[in-house]
Amino acid sequence: MSLATAEGRGLRALVLVIVAAGLVLPIVAGLWQTARAGFGILPAIGAGEISLAPLRTLADLPGFDTALRLTLVTGLGATVLSIALAVGVCAAMHGRMSPRASGRLLTPFLAAPHAAIAIGLAFLLSPSGWIARALAPLMGWDRPPMLVSVNDPDGGALILGLMVKEVPFLLLVILSALSQIPVRQHLAAGRSLGYGRGIVWIKVIMPQVWPLIRLPVMVMLAYALSVVDMALILGPSNPPTLAVLLLRLFSAPDIALLLPASAGALVQAGLVALAFGLLVAVERAGRAIGRWWVRRGGRGLSAEPGLWLATTLSAVLFAAGALAMLSLLLWSLAWRWPWPRLSPESWSLRAWSTPGSGWAEALANTALLAAATTALSLALAIAWLEGEDRARRGRAGWAEALIYLPLLVPQIGFLFGLNVLFLRLDLSGGFLTVIWAQALFVFPYVMIALSDPWRALDPRLPRAAASLGAGPWRRLFTIKLPVLLTPILTAAAIGIAVSVAQYLPTLFMGAGRIATLTTEAVTLSSSSDRRVTGVYATLQAGLPFAAYGAAFLIPALVHRNRKGLHPGGTA
Amino acid sequence: MTLELHAVAVAAKGAEPLFPPLTLVVRPGEVATVMGPSGIGKSTLLDAVAGHLTHGFSLSGSIRLDGTDLAPLPAEARRVGLMFQDAALFPHLSVGDNLAFGLARSVRGRAARRAAVEAALERAGLAGLHDRDPATLSGGQRSRAALMRTLLAEPRALLLDEPFSKLDAALRAEMRAFTFEHIRNRDIPALMVTHDPVDAEAANGPLIDLTQLEVRPCNT
Repeated sequence: MSLATAEGRGLRALVLVIVAAGLVLPIVAGLWQTARAGFGILPAIGAGEISLAPLRTLADLPGFDTALRLTLVTGLGATVLSIALAVGVCAAMHGRMSPRASGRLLTPFLAAPHAAIAIGLAFLLSPSGWIARALAPLMGWDRPPMLVSVNDPDGGALILGLMVKEVPFLLLVILSALSQIPVRQHLAAGRSLGYGRGIVWIKVIMPQVWPLIRLPVMVMLAYALSVVDMALILGPSNPPTLAVLLLRLFSAPDIALLLPASAGALVQAGLVALAFGLLVAVERAGRAIGRWWVRRGGRGLSAEPGLWLATTLSAVLFAAGALAMLSLLLWSLAWRWPWPRLSPESWSLRAWSTPGSGWAEALANTALLAAATTALSLALAIAWLEGEDRARRGRAGWAEALIYLPLLVPQIGFLFGLNVLFLRLDLSGGFLTVIWAQALFVFPYVMIALSDPWRALDPRLPRAAASLGAGPWRRLFTIKLPVLLTPILTAAAIGIAVSVAQYLPTLFMGAGRIATLTTEAVTLSSSSDRRVTGVYATLQAGLPFAAYGAAFLIPALVHRNRKGLHPGGTA
Repeated sequence: MTLELHAVAVAAKGAEPLFPPLTLVVRPGEVATVMGPSGIGKSTLLDAVAGHLTHGFSLSGSIRLDGTDLAPLPAEARRVGLMFQDAALFPHLSVGDNLAFGLARSVRGRAARRAAVEAALERAGLAGLHDRDPATLSGGQRSRAALMRTLLAEPRALLLDEPFSKLDAALRAEMRAFTFEHIRNRDIPALMVTHDPVDAEAANGPLIDLTQLEVRPCNT
């Protein structure tokens, strides 16, 4: 066809090659290396015979069975509970709160890294923490009670921590799915037929929402089953969850343990695959049972208490998350904070006044990595979307799957193998390696965040520009990018938040030599000095907050006299 | 300058053509009108002439402007102006900058370009609105600004996609007269798609009803 189409094809092909070589190839190669080591082949340590010995060693480790059980209980438990709460909240609150207001409420919880939330929750929940302090006068405690409320052997604190991050994420995903469904009409129709609000949600709305949120739920499930940083801070310690157990094996001084560790990484990937299988099975069964249930025509007015419970529990969860973030800041500024006072007795900037002690370097490293990975991911995402525009065609299903791939494969499953590969190529431990490893996870989120707004751009604008004689590059730089400034900056803020939160990729691919706020905060979380930990965790949460703030303020300033570009303004 | 469509038909991949082959000659200064119910492919026909057909649509027949075949040219090289229902002014640019975006490259120098834009604003009754946010203009002002933006690019033909349908009745007549007068003054051919028989009457040019075209067998 025309020249522009041909150029579009070239651009698309180029982006595809970059994504395949930079994203898919390393994951496959990493999994392959891990699998080899898991079956006994790791020439670097002199192991060269295929065997099941690593798997047997792993299975014989004390606590392995418990670790498996804990992983499944915390991962599946947090996911199922989060879905129940998020659906309940949507059913109860939808239409009573504007999408913009709920978006603003969710943003801090989405922006805060898992590790920062976890550290704050540990401050909140521990026997010497805020909740125990508040209860002390009532319970007559004159010293911190002998309770195991954090790192509890059943993983309760970890489930709670995961839910503080997952419920807001799910709410965001469900809210955006709901905007594509005529909720108001279906709700009115259902209620006029005598069904209660909650029942209409379960029988009518959710079956339409589910296909739209299935992939994000799978991402969440894979994450919950293989999370490392949050599990280190809040999870059970002996035995820990599988991912933490594997991290210990991988970093053990005895290099022979690398083999069972690799076998464990395969088990981890298997667990996630199993959970996906379970999800499909539950979906099938749910569809059959759901039809039978719908046909029975039960009006079931009694769902309201469930909605009330879900909303209350979610409110508690949000309050816990907010208090956790506040406690980070308070501890970083506290000097004396004796039991059972609710606020510090004396304040000090001492923890902040020594940037040379390490936080300045960690902050600089983190900011540099976040800027580089986000810029790289954003450029790639824009090139991809622009390529689609120029070729005048949408995205194939397999290309969509490609984007989600790094989020669905557990990190520990391929990062170790990838590191082995890099050590052999002498590439490990550098900034570039870490930038690239982080971009594996930043790019998908940036791409997902930017795709919908990009496609929603009024197609007449670039067409009008073309008819005025503007070529493809001028259309991109003078029309599309400026009009899409808000979603582009939002995608960048999400990218920065994801980059700042990365723990395992930074640790593995940086060979432990690149200290970021996250790696340091996780290390410090087990130390006794809450003030220093508070500084790192506050900075860790502060960086994404600043990015989101900039994404909100910059368009408001640049486009302050442009009503057509403000949400709710007239075009 | 003459716009010639010879046996033009557009079809989605693997489907029947949207409408029977269309042959039409639009002379300079003339406004041809294409009518037909929604969904028959009126806008797709304009997309084909302007060079915006989406992937999966194929064009048969030939489209010539002043003897040049348009098919191999990308949209930005065709010099075919496009007017939409609700103006499609660029929301991030001021009214004046929207016009400057359209203004042909041949006008050089900051002062000369600014003067050309101001003159066009003046002609459209928009004097003094150079720095205004396009979202704050009235419907009629927006349409006039969009027409000026299109004309400043010195198009060799103009396509109008239901250009007056969003305006209220009084404004519609005024805007129609304003648009057609400019087309006549420029002496360029124009192709208009509309639902409104009054538009067709006012255009006073060739009239094509896509439903009543004679169906000719496809010989490719």
